Amino acid sequence: MSAVTGRPADVRRGRAWMGTVGWGALAWVLAIAFFLPVLWMAITAFKPESAAETWPPKFVFSPTLAEFRLVLSGAGPYLTHSLVATVGSTILVLILGVPAAYALAVHPVRRWRDGLFFFISTKMLPIVAAIGPLYVLALRTHLLDSTALLIILYTAMNLPLAIWMIRSFMLEVPGELLEAARLDGAGRLREMTSVILPVISPGLVSTALICVIFAWNELFLALNLSVTSAATLPMYLISSVPQEGLYIAHLSAAALVASVPVIIVGWIAQRSLVRGLSMGAIK
Amino acid sequence: MANVKYMAATRVYAKGMPPAVDALDLTISDGEFMVLVGPSGSGKTTALRMLAGLEPIDRGHVEIGDRDVTSVPPKDRDIAMVFQNYALYPQKSVAENMGFALKMQGVPRADRDRRVAEAARLLDLDTELLGRKPKQLSGGQRQRVAMGRAIVREPKVFLMDEPLSNLDAKLRVQTRSQIAELQRRLGVTTVYVTHDQVEAMTMGHRVAVLRDGQLQQCASPRELYENPVNQFVAGFIGSPAMNLQNVPVTDGGVRLGGSVLPLPDAVRAAAAKADLRELIVGIRPEHMHLAATGADDTAELHGEVMLVEELGADALLHIRLPDGGTPVVARAEGRRPPAQGQAVNLHVQTQDIFAFDPSTGARLAG
Repeated sequence: MSAVTGRPADVRRGRAWMGTVGWGALAWVLAIAFFLPVLWMAITAFKPESAAETWPPKFVFSPTLAEFRLVLSGAGPYLTHSLVATVGSTILVLILGVPAAYALAVHPVRRWRDGLFFFISTKMLPIVAAIGPLYVLALRTHLLDSTALLIILYTAMNLPLAIWMIRSFMLEVPGELLEAARLDGAGRLREMTSVILPVISPGLVSTALICVIFAWNELFLALNLSVTSAATLPMYLISSVPQEGLYIAHLSAAALVASVPVIIVGWIAQRSLVRGLSMGAIK
Repeated sequence: MANVKYMAATRVYAKGMPPAVDALDLTISDGEFMVLVGPSGSGKTTALRMLAGLEPIDRGHVEIGDRDVTSVPPKDRDIAMVFQNYALYPQKSVAENMGFALKMQGVPRADRDRRVAEAARLLDLDTELLGRKPKQLSGGQRQRVAMGRAIVREPKVFLMDEPLSNLDAKLRVQTRSQIAELQRRLGVTTVYVTHDQVEAMTMGHRVAVLRDGQLQQCASPRELYENPVNQFVAGFIGSPAMNLQNVPVTDGGVRLGGSVLPLPDAVRAAAAKADLRELIVGIRPEHMHLAATGADDTAELHGEVMLVEELGADALLHIRLPDGGTPVVARAEGRRPPAQGQAVNLHVQTQDIFAFDPSTGARLAG
């Protein structure tokens, strides 16, 4: 060990160390600030209703699954509706989004910029402003309170983002690869199925996962356009809040049940999104 | 097997811009290895892509095997291309990569497998590699798979776009001779693009030198070296590059570094006819012979060694001439090159001196 301290190199190293510690601490504080409410919700979900809302809060309690049993006993139809609307709309988004992105990326149609802007512009109108016309349309087409309606609406809701994402993945496909396919005699369809789709598949997975998350969490449209036969899980969460009495533990359990699929999907999406974004490396 | 003809083939990328390839006339005979060489932006890759059908031809024609293919789609031109970054399908195995074009042509599976195996053998690709994905191969192996994908098709013409530029120096030299040898064996007409003049000289039967979209000269490597038609070709071909110096014309020759270099009569006549006061002389480093040290009146140039670059077999001397212009480079035997700071005498034979018109760059006939 050197006995001399305070040399410039040591000072610099000291500062660098302080910086690392400082950023690390900040990251922890932020992470805890974001995570604590979620953790509190998870803890509360395992409390009996009587222990959930006390002051000071109880940290020692006997955990119970009672609220979960209650939640799951009533969640069946809601879960089914959410699943059908989410999976159905995501599949439809991919079926429509892939050709649209192809026409905007690989062999750009005329005025593709306008097309791209049109898709994203549909997200600019606040959805509240459209709910009136949507309601009337749904009513006239007899689609009110049906999962078919939710599938159509969620598809429309997610399609612009999906097209933008898939397009950016397609742009990553090296031009030489498509030229090689053309020289090898592959037509448009072959080019898509044999060359483009395999290369962008990680990107397609992350696109699908994001669509799943958005559709799963959607509340506004479902709440306004369905009653019972298409009521989704977020609606069930709201209905878990009774007019009177204690409900915090019950609500927490329901929220946890509704969040778990999204958390799992989000965790998968995170990994495949990174893979999707770094997939240009074929050299 | 086929010949290839460019007939005034022109490609203009954008209106108002000079053409990327300007009225290219070039005939490549059956079985020939033609190298297109030039600096970046010379249009060599564009010319290749026009032949492939990946780039439209704005004016003129391209023929393959006496058939006009100007508006024939790439897949029907019966060509195979090796791309600079190989462009292997990342999700397909090596065998699938090599057999893809045959699959598209509807060749039966057994036939496909046989031809893939044959190409693999030709390229010394281990059969166990055939099941791997491109990601799992080394750079050299990927290069060979890209070659294999072209060979399997048994095309009329091979097109190669700088296929060696992603290999390290040693592998590049090795692969260079392998490709040349393979081409001689298969006898398939080949158009090869490179910016590396050593590759061009060593591989091609003939070399076409391009600059700014225009063909400068198309000739055998030796002819390009011995008889460059202009200053550009003279400076581009040969390594190290030819010494080019702007010099005033005097009676009987030109004045360079305080000495008078004699020029052949024909060159002097051409210079006089064009009324040139100045011209550009070119002398290759290997044609500057070190004369015995000390005062030697027969040497044409005197100078001082500024820098010695040892290459092993020989050494490159950077020599400053008395008039203080650009230093000239001379190639000397590597055993005992002169030291830095030493005065040297250089002897140049008159027939090794090239002369160019400074305004047009054209060679003055000698």
